[in-house]
Amino acid sequence: MELSVSLEKQLRDFNLQVDFTVKDEVFALLGSSGCGKSMTLKCIAGIEKPDKGRIVLDGEVLFDSARSINLPPQRRQLGYLFQNYALFPNMTVAENLRFVMKEGSMDKVTELLRRFHLTGLEDAYPGTLSGGQQQRVAFARVLAAEAKLLLLDEPFSALDSYLKWQLETELMDMLPAYGGTALLVSHDRGEVYRLADKIAVINRGQMETPADKKELFRHPRTLSATLLTGCKNISVAKREDQSHIYAKDWELSLKTSAEPPLGTRYAGIRAHFLEPRDRAEGENVFPMEVVRVTEDTFSFIVMVRPPGKAAAPIRWELEKKAWHDLSGRELFLYFPPEAIMLLED
Amino acid sequence: MDWSPLIITLETAVTATVITFFLGIGLACWVVRLKRGQGLMDALITLPLVLPPTVVGFFLLLAFGKRSAIGHFLLQFDLSLVFSWQATVIAAVVVSLPLMYRTARGAFEQLDENIIYAARTLGVSEWRIFWHLLLPNARHGILAGLVLAFTRALGEFGATIMFAGNIPGRTQTMSTAIYAAVQAGDYDLAGKWAAGLVAFSLVFVLAMNMWLTRKPSPMGKAC
Repeated sequence: MELSVSLEKQLRDFNLQVDFTVKDEVFALLGSSGCGKSMTLKCIAGIEKPDKGRIVLDGEVLFDSARSINLPPQRRQLGYLFQNYALFPNMTVAENLRFVMKEGSMDKVTELLRRFHLTGLEDAYPGTLSGGQQQRVAFARVLAAEAKLLLLDEPFSALDSYLKWQLETELMDMLPAYGGTALLVSHDRGEVYRLADKIAVINRGQMETPADKKELFRHPRTLSATLLTGCKNISVAKREDQSHIYAKDWELSLKTSAEPPLGTRYAGIRAHFLEPRDRAEGENVFPMEVVRVTEDTFSFIVMVRPPGKAAAPIRWELEKKAWHDLSGRELFLYFPPEAIMLLED
Repeated sequence: MDWSPLIITLETAVTATVITFFLGIGLACWVVRLKRGQGLMDALITLPLVLPPTVVGFFLLLAFGKRSAIGHFLLQFDLSLVFSWQATVIAAVVVSLPLMYRTARGAFEQLDENIIYAARTLGVSEWRIFWHLLLPNARHGILAGLVLAFTRALGEFGATIMFAGNIPGRTQTMSTAIYAAVQAGDYDLAGKWAAGLVAFSLVFVLAMNMWLTRKPSPMGKAC
């Protein structure tokens, strides 16, 4: 299964421009709300029309502005999964499936219901089902319509964390039924990391180069990717020499593991990667004063900055026990050089 | 007693409501999908609701009168719409259409558009979407529009008297009969027709309210 997408569309505030290929993998577009990621999915499904571009699924041209090809959504055979599942409210579960089947054989409906653990609910209306059941009906319906590829639009964003986890695991179990190929859009970095193989960050309509998910989280190349992958500490920075940068917001001179590029503009470090030390010994260890302590469910969020300075606070997260062990002592923090991300943006 | 106003009123209202039903839903569907000029089309269709019915009747006279293109064309077949039973129907359609159109449009716009999109991506034809998804899921609004349009057609007066006149046995409806009776000083007759109209309208609106507030459907909250 191979989907290649290249499209442009003028939206109200910006120009949407994306370019990527999905091949036998789960591909995710990660972006904040209103960045154009849902619009991209709608263009692929044929619900919206791009201004120009080309969309090809397994050799079949779905859209090509140069050749004036624009297949209606009915003929694209893409399984669009809506955030709210969009089940037909006036039809029972069985009718929802039969309504989209080419030949409505009851055997196939029964088989699909069994496969998605919906047996016994054939005569229930969508309004009476739980969120999990609705999702399973939506998946079964996509299979009933013989869709070739799954398009997932923020599939779990409206759910509480327990249900979300449950549905996510169900989704992972179901993916093989669709050949393991899917396109996912989400603003949730955790969801994207758990479900996808490859990720492309999209920011105000501009898509950045897709990257392997591990690589993207370890080494985001741009400011928007750094923020979207959940890095809480970002400072304006400039290169000092072959192995040092100066982080302006934090008023710190930091050693880096690799040579900082000449165009370095920002430095980032994840809140979990800071390490406490007993004394100011060696490079990248600095005394810190505590600005604020916030207790989270399983960790402490401690805002710190170099003592006596008006620098921007740095966010540090650590386990509760680790924080209790440190109480009352003078604080020194180590910034591991390999954890410092440099951005040229 | 001459029962013809009752029969003419019912014939007119039923015929007009059938036309209004399809025309109103069709226009609602069309306007909802319009990319440009939605406001203007909406205003034009809604206008008869807010204009004095005499103005509507006046324009109908101009549009279908002997000097108009349509009137001239019909005259070649020895037909004239003005002061005919058909004129009562046309007048009733024009004034009741905005009610059907607006309620149907409201019902369509309240539908979750993702349901329609989902049906499309799942390969369901536009025709089946209309009959099996759009209409059933908008049925409350459509029924309300139908009842409002029917009761409005039942009581139509101003445009009818301008365009169809008040010819007993041909174009005299219950509401124009009331006017004629009062002018002739026959308050007894006027009162009978007035009571009839109140009773009819009340029954239909009550029936609609009962249908709309009956116990929740098995479909749950979504409907």
